[in-house]
Amino acid sequence: MPTLWISTRKGVFSLIGDKKRKKWILQKPQLFGHIIHHVMQDPRDPKKLLLAAKTGHLGPTVYRSNNGGKTWKEAKLPPAFRKANEGEEARAVQRVIWLTPGHAKEKGTWYAGTSPAGLFHTHDHGETWTPVTGFNDHPMRSKWVQFGTPDGEFLHSILIDPRDAKHLYIGISIGGVFESTDSGANWAPLNSGVAMDYAPDSKAEFGHDPHCVVMHPQNPDRLYQQNHCGIYRIDRPSNEWQRIGKNMPKKIGDVGFPIVTKATDPDTAWVIPMDGTSVWPRTSIDGKPAVFRTRNAGKTWKRLDKGLPESQAWLTVLRQAMCADAQSPTGLYFGTTSGEVWASSNEGESWKCIAGHLPEIYAVTFAE
Amino acid sequence: MSNSEHIVNVASPLRSYTKGAGKVRATGNTLTEVLANLEQQFPGMRFRMIDEQNRIREHIRLAVNTEITSDLSSSLKQGDVVHLLCALSGG
Repeated sequence: MPTLWISTRKGVFSLIGDKKRKKWILQKPQLFGHIIHHVMQDPRDPKKLLLAAKTGHLGPTVYRSNNGGKTWKEAKLPPAFRKANEGEEARAVQRVIWLTPGHAKEKGTWYAGTSPAGLFHTHDHGETWTPVTGFNDHPMRSKWVQFGTPDGEFLHSILIDPRDAKHLYIGISIGGVFESTDSGANWAPLNSGVAMDYAPDSKAEFGHDPHCVVMHPQNPDRLYQQNHCGIYRIDRPSNEWQRIGKNMPKKIGDVGFPIVTKATDPDTAWVIPMDGTSVWPRTSIDGKPAVFRTRNAGKTWKRLDKGLPESQAWLTVLRQAMCADAQSPTGLYFGTTSGEVWASSNEGESWKCIAGHLPEIYAVTFAE
Repeated sequence: MSNSEHIVNVASPLRSYTKGAGKVRATGNTLTEVLANLEQQFPGMRFRMIDEQNRIREHIRLAVNTEITSDLSSSLKQGDVVHLLCALSGG
């Protein structure tokens, strides 16, 4: 059955849907009280899931399920930096933020992104994790990640090229997008064309703030990113991002956190614009939530707000809190920091609130 | 020297490791040894309190009898009570 995994500040919830994705039933929380940052299903073995957790007091860890999320067991060796040598910065993982299943041919391999920005991998379905030293010990790492967000800097949007298991991308807030073509042994910035309004050198190679980066599964040369400074698209092998957010209505702008694509169409993507003005609102613009969709790779955007509150709704949707399923028509789902889950079973044309009164939502992921 | 044995009081966020027990027994002549013994008995528990650089995590405190200590090499004598504490906190 379709399942939405809702990662919250107080545990993980799931919504079980019917086949038409019209009715959703909220299940009781699991790992109640834990801070859950991400839950991901393994597309290579759908009964397997991983979950990134910590609590207010305790250190970060990863839980594994081998039965579709019925029960969870903690990893034996969660992601952890190597012991620092004398005189080195002694880094310790504070949060595991992001989980990505490895390449289809590398069963058992997963990647995890953390705060402080670190990349880790496992080859036994999340039981034991080791650092990806090519990134964590890269001589440039300290330069790449020297400017953190209010929650600290962190590594997210780990993308695996389905044509080549060695070809990876990562996003770092704040640091930028980086690419590796050798399984993470070496990395290079990929930020040309991306604005960096806050930086003293706006043309620098790194220091950017990608909020969410996605790769299209059918056309892995097509990437989109929702950045702190706009919405972008890149078509590799070009190294230049194009600011497709400039085609958004001027009154809306192109600030936001998540971006998702349609599984069968690389030209279709959805964003949820947030108010990027003044101190730090990051809420629905003018209190009127809306999703925007492009069907032509960002040349034009259409506002989609049918069913969403018409006024006085100051919603915030975080970078991992929106997802799309692979059905036809595409189902879309987003969760808010105020604990609501909204769904559309018609590619965003209309929306329905399918759960409310939940704790602060960090991530929403779809599982079959 | 044989290991001394201790009662360990376990704060509630850690009791998922001890099957709900708020009081367990552990052996060791230092806090480091007691933590290692707890890890043997309750796998995964130590890393939730002590990070990979061997530092006590920000919101964890360890106490021996009535004294909070940050020195993991602190010596323990037979019968000392070890407390694994979590900061009292809001929502």
